[in-house]
Amino acid sequence: MTIQFHKETFRGEYSFHNSERAIKRFPFPFDKDSYMYAVNMEQHRGGPADSVYEKRFDVDEHYVSEMEDRALVLADDPLRCQSLPHMTLAGWDLLELIMVSKSEDYPELFELHRDGDQWRWVNKPLGIDDTFTFMDETTLPYGPMEYITRQTQGDFCVLDQRDDNLWMDAGTVTTQADWSLDFDIGMNFFEWHAPVPLAHEKGIFVRALKFLLNIQQGAPARRLNWTMTVNPLLDTSPENYHKWGIQKTTLTPENIGSKQHLRVELQTFFRLPRSNALVFPIRCYLCSFDDLMTVPKWGRRLHRVIRDLPVELATYKGFIDNRPMMLDYLSKFDDGQPTSLGIWPDLETEPPLKVVRSS
Amino acid sequence: MSGAEKIAVRVTEVAPLNELVTRFRFEPVSGGLLPTFSGGAHTVVEMRDGDITRLNPYSLMSDPFDRSAYTISVRRDDEGRGGSKFMHTNVSVGDEMVISNPVNLFSLDLRATKHLMIAGGIGITPFLAQIKQLDRAHGNWELHYACRSEALGSYVDYLTTTHPNDVNIYYDDQSQAIDLDTLLDGQPLGTHIYVCGPKGMIDWVRAKAAEIGWPREAVHYEEFLAPQPGKPFEVKLAVSNKVIQVGEQESLLEAIERAGVDAPYLCRGGACGQCETDVVQAEGEIIHRDHWLEDSEKAGDAKIMPCVSRFEGKVLVLDR
Repeated sequence: MTIQFHKETFRGEYSFHNSERAIKRFPFPFDKDSYMYAVNMEQHRGGPADSVYEKRFDVDEHYVSEMEDRALVLADDPLRCQSLPHMTLAGWDLLELIMVSKSEDYPELFELHRDGDQWRWVNKPLGIDDTFTFMDETTLPYGPMEYITRQTQGDFCVLDQRDDNLWMDAGTVTTQADWSLDFDIGMNFFEWHAPVPLAHEKGIFVRALKFLLNIQQGAPARRLNWTMTVNPLLDTSPENYHKWGIQKTTLTPENIGSKQHLRVELQTFFRLPRSNALVFPIRCYLCSFDDLMTVPKWGRRLHRVIRDLPVELATYKGFIDNRPMMLDYLSKFDDGQPTSLGIWPDLETEPPLKVVRSS
Repeated sequence: MSGAEKIAVRVTEVAPLNELVTRFRFEPVSGGLLPTFSGGAHTVVEMRDGDITRLNPYSLMSDPFDRSAYTISVRRDDEGRGGSKFMHTNVSVGDEMVISNPVNLFSLDLRATKHLMIAGGIGITPFLAQIKQLDRAHGNWELHYACRSEALGSYVDYLTTTHPNDVNIYYDDQSQAIDLDTLLDGQPLGTHIYVCGPKGMIDWVRAKAAEIGWPREAVHYEEFLAPQPGKPFEVKLAVSNKVIQVGEQESLLEAIERAGVDAPYLCRGGACGQCETDVVQAEGEIIHRDHWLEDSEKAGDAKIMPCVSRFEGKVLVLDR
């Protein structure tokens, strides 16, 4: 299916919007009517046609505009992209992984022509046609990681693996859920996860690290994570909290359906062959409450999940103050009927919403 | 399925180097390219030996950037259970085999200002790939390689010819030994040590480095243990509700697989930790042989690494 790239913004007037197709393929993160942290990893080897799982690096209607937003963030704050000196080889690994994957998965959009170390990369949506020497940084306008991540949706953490741990030693992070690469650079897995509540006590991170250290070449993995964002902001960084934090107070019962967005991260993990590093792409998808409610199953489930979420998690995810208003809105879409298991919308099989009496 | 991804390959060269070591070259059956890898990686080679499937890890020694073929070198172990003997006597040019995608448990630390490599015998193989990787990146390295004799010095000629200033050879039968005190004392700040060879050599280097104050993180080592034969024993697998017999010449992991139970693994040599299994009940002695479990865990007998460890006694029940 041809992708119609939107011309839209994630700031200012917030003209970001999802098409009907984008809503149907939104990675709704709850597979049942409740949520708790888990090491919910699975293999990343395709998925249903047109789902965000289908390709190794999903390209959607927001691609061109997201890349414009990234360029704006990097122009304001170059420290959003950093690579410690020993990570350049991993950057080349990542460039190769993305170029090979995209040119194979989207041949109508991307082309890679290789003649030994002489590579030609064609990115039609962004109007790029560059020829360079693989492994020679002087032939690219940026370092290899920055070059390719300016052309790929999602944040990228490139993790060095040593001493039975992972180290945040490189990355491009402009669409993050309130964490800072500049703060975390050089930290290990336990250090950068230190602020997360409840999961340490459950031993989640020890098990997750063990899993990640064992991810092998050719066997990538994935999981979903989520939070809430008021207005379709990609850049919810600590650096800019003074700009976006205040927007959480602008919610009203009238505007919550269009302003409140469920923010979902498709997190994938690939072993990089030359460096033995691990790349951790974190792809952000946004969907407004109004759009989510067009799927009856998701309306029922989101209400139940948000209602029953432990206070610690609602606080950590930054919406504890707005939770009562969210529940007022969401309860109108929960008629008490059971929901099918799994994350998919199941539009053909799930019953439409019965009229809910307001209490 | 357990283990790394599999690749179907054809043997395109069998090159005896000396009376103990033979080199094998694998090219993909598909005619395409093999995955690139990082220096220090190994592959697990599947050997169909009659009714037995052996899976042995071997370090990749070829240029990590050469995707046309992988090479490994196998040292014949006449005391072992037969994997290396199978490679030496049953594998010839043209054979099709299955190997795993590369897995690296002995990676270079790319932060190092200098890579100091210490090899013993067949332990030279991962360094051959690491040297090719470092040469391409103009890395700073130095190799100290101990062999039993000139006749058994695999790749000595190649190394001394291509890198006369960086390679130092020591022959046991000429009473040449690495002067470890001097070597470890004179290294620039930021040097990392890599050691691959017999257990005695690894222990010696690690102990000496610790004694003179090297950071633990700057000392890297790899030793794959071959599973040792032992007395047959019986095991109950609690989850799959099976009772299996482990033969004298097979490992516990192989016996579990033979019973049709899918058990996780990667290195099959007691190093990676992937096959760690909970012990439900043990009346007898677990013979722990791995490098993975802490001594306290071994003493508690609550876990076992079935790739290399065995059991002697009355009852062993595993959570598998």
